[in-house]
Amino acid sequence: MRKQLSNWGNYPALDCEEAAFSVDEQLQQYVDSHEHIIARGNGRCYGDASLGEHSISTLRYDKVLAFDEATGEFECQSGITLDQVLDITVPKGWFLPVTPGTKFITIGGAVASDVHGKNHHAEGSFSNHIISMQVLTGKGLLTCSPTQETDLFWATCGGMGLTGVITTVKFRLKKIETAYIKQKQIKAKNLDEVIRLFDEHKHYTYSMAWIDCLQKGDSFGRSILIVGEHAKENELNDKQRQAPLTLPAKGKLTVPFNLPGFVLNNFTVKTFNALYYAKNYKRVIENVVPYEPFFYPLDAIHHWNRGYGKDGFVQYQFVLPLEHKDGLAAILHRIGEKGWGSFLAVLKVFGHQDDLISFPMEGYTLALDFPVRKGLFPFLDELDALVLEYGGRLYLSKDARMQQEVFWNSYPNARKFERIVQAYNPGGKFRSIQSDRLQFNYGSNNSNS
Amino acid sequence: MPTVLILGAGSDMAVAIARRYASAGYTLQLAARNPAQLHALEQDLRIRHQVAATSHAFDALNFDSHLSFYQSLPAQPDLVICVFGYLGDQEKGQSDWQEASRILHTNYTGAVSILNVAAEAMAARKNGMIIGISSVAGDRGRMSNYLYGSAKAGFTAYLSGLRNRLFHAGVHVMTVQPGFVDTQMTQHLTLPPLLTAKPAEVANDIFKAAGKKKNAIYTKWFWRYIMLIIKSIPEFMFKKLKL
Repeated sequence: MRKQLSNWGNYPALDCEEAAFSVDEQLQQYVDSHEHIIARGNGRCYGDASLGEHSISTLRYDKVLAFDEATGEFECQSGITLDQVLDITVPKGWFLPVTPGTKFITIGGAVASDVHGKNHHAEGSFSNHIISMQVLTGKGLLTCSPTQETDLFWATCGGMGLTGVITTVKFRLKKIETAYIKQKQIKAKNLDEVIRLFDEHKHYTYSMAWIDCLQKGDSFGRSILIVGEHAKENELNDKQRQAPLTLPAKGKLTVPFNLPGFVLNNFTVKTFNALYYAKNYKRVIENVVPYEPFFYPLDAIHHWNRGYGKDGFVQYQFVLPLEHKDGLAAILHRIGEKGWGSFLAVLKVFGHQDDLISFPMEGYTLALDFPVRKGLFPFLDELDALVLEYGGRLYLSKDARMQQEVFWNSYPNARKFERIVQAYNPGGKFRSIQSDRLQFNYGSNNSNS
Repeated sequence: MPTVLILGAGSDMAVAIARRYASAGYTLQLAARNPAQLHALEQDLRIRHQVAATSHAFDALNFDSHLSFYQSLPAQPDLVICVFGYLGDQEKGQSDWQEASRILHTNYTGAVSILNVAAEAMAARKNGMIIGISSVAGDRGRMSNYLYGSAKAGFTAYLSGLRNRLFHAGVHVMTVQPGFVDTQMTQHLTLPPLLTAKPAEVANDIFKAAGKKKNAIYTKWFWRYIMLIIKSIPEFMFKKLKL
């Protein structure tokens, strides 16, 4: 069916054909009968990574194939979303090994973006927990793992769907005693303090900081650091202990339509940030909370992206290497000067990551939202130049606008990745408007020449 | 736990119906032309809902096989849901009898053949329930899909007669007329988003209505009123429309 498609940022919107499949034969048939396609999951990447002239939705390809409750090995088709996985596994005492800030992404998307979570410094990205997977490549359906068809495996983790359509994924879950998190929130007066606090709390499995980037002077970069561990059964209160693996029931809020663009202006963002900071009236708060508000605070408001108006927004997420944390202040200063604040700015420390094309590297990552407006893209180009200067890079799953040279100059293995893509996806059958924008060379398809 | 047989279990609507019944603890018998394609669903139902599920080969167009298919099921189902259907290509069917007969035989003859078998078995046992998924397209023939629509009209009339007969044997028959549903069958059509249901919504409507032993339902609910209007347009006007 032809439709106007866009991902979570509502930018860009593309008029394209979207099809779906629920069994292997339908996928194969679609791949055989279309020249260019790109797989799309739940549309929660922010930019254009899963948009193309023909997109194939994996959402109906959502079957659970195996779940070993003794070992925590889980195998499923790629279109199942994380919330469904959690519904199945949490009551049995198993949690996702890595989860991003929303549970409304598919497993295929988690692999293609090689997602990271609040535990990256301790447990790595999603690819670290994959046992094996199957990918329908330009050379047919192949099985790959860290020990088998390794080129394909590493080019598929974080490869934005360019090696083909991920069909099934087998991965390891993480044992939990309860569905709760023992969390600690600490206020930091400024950027230096929060960086120091991150370091002091690095033994925590989960950590991230909410940061107010509109403050100046002494409170520049004031933050709330949030760290946590899966709660043990004896850390729950009596009521929680009655059903330690079940979440309390609660309602859902929805933003029913796109708010006018002016709703999120400097004043409202400042007010929001001030209220958010002030709600923690004590410097340190410790409590036990269900996993949902800890991992997925924004999932409680369905369609929060509509808050940015119909022109949409881009989320700008970059990482800087540890030795260049001074760059963080420089970039935040530049954003502060511009005064184009962000509803949400999230700071997090990444641990070591050793792979081909995934986003994380040991260092600091910051994510900010910018509503699309006149002058935004030139401004982001200026920020890109700073990120590059400090040896950093941008997250492809959030990207909708970076210039191609920024990508090629910031991902050290980009050309090697491109060569592997050429081998498994000759001629570029699997391509998105993002990979076209980044000017991928897909090589030639011999069968056509 | 009761057992439900789903005929045409490979479709998106059938998957949603299977999951809805599995979540209520039913044992599932899944039947489709190619049972190998059902194994993933079978596993999925077992793992998500801790229910028993089996897959069976069933070809709606192979009428002679229907009796032996039904008799060879591992248990006699308490509920039979006839979900299979074939929208087909109306234009092609106008001149190509192969296509036209496939549309008619899948949606009407095949459904009648297998439900006759189920009806006999249930009438003899004096309990059970049959749900037939017909379509709003059966309420009035339109130029864009009257082959499909006429077969569904026949199926709706069949279900109504079957309900009448089986009532006296203590067996309930429910007719379901879905409107637009976002499935593989309608993938090539551009459907109005506000009028288009997700398969899970349809499955939920069916499950709830079956629990209340409704006779005939539209899903989503507003199709009853849309079809009321469509049925009330006088023929001399209707024939001039391009619907």
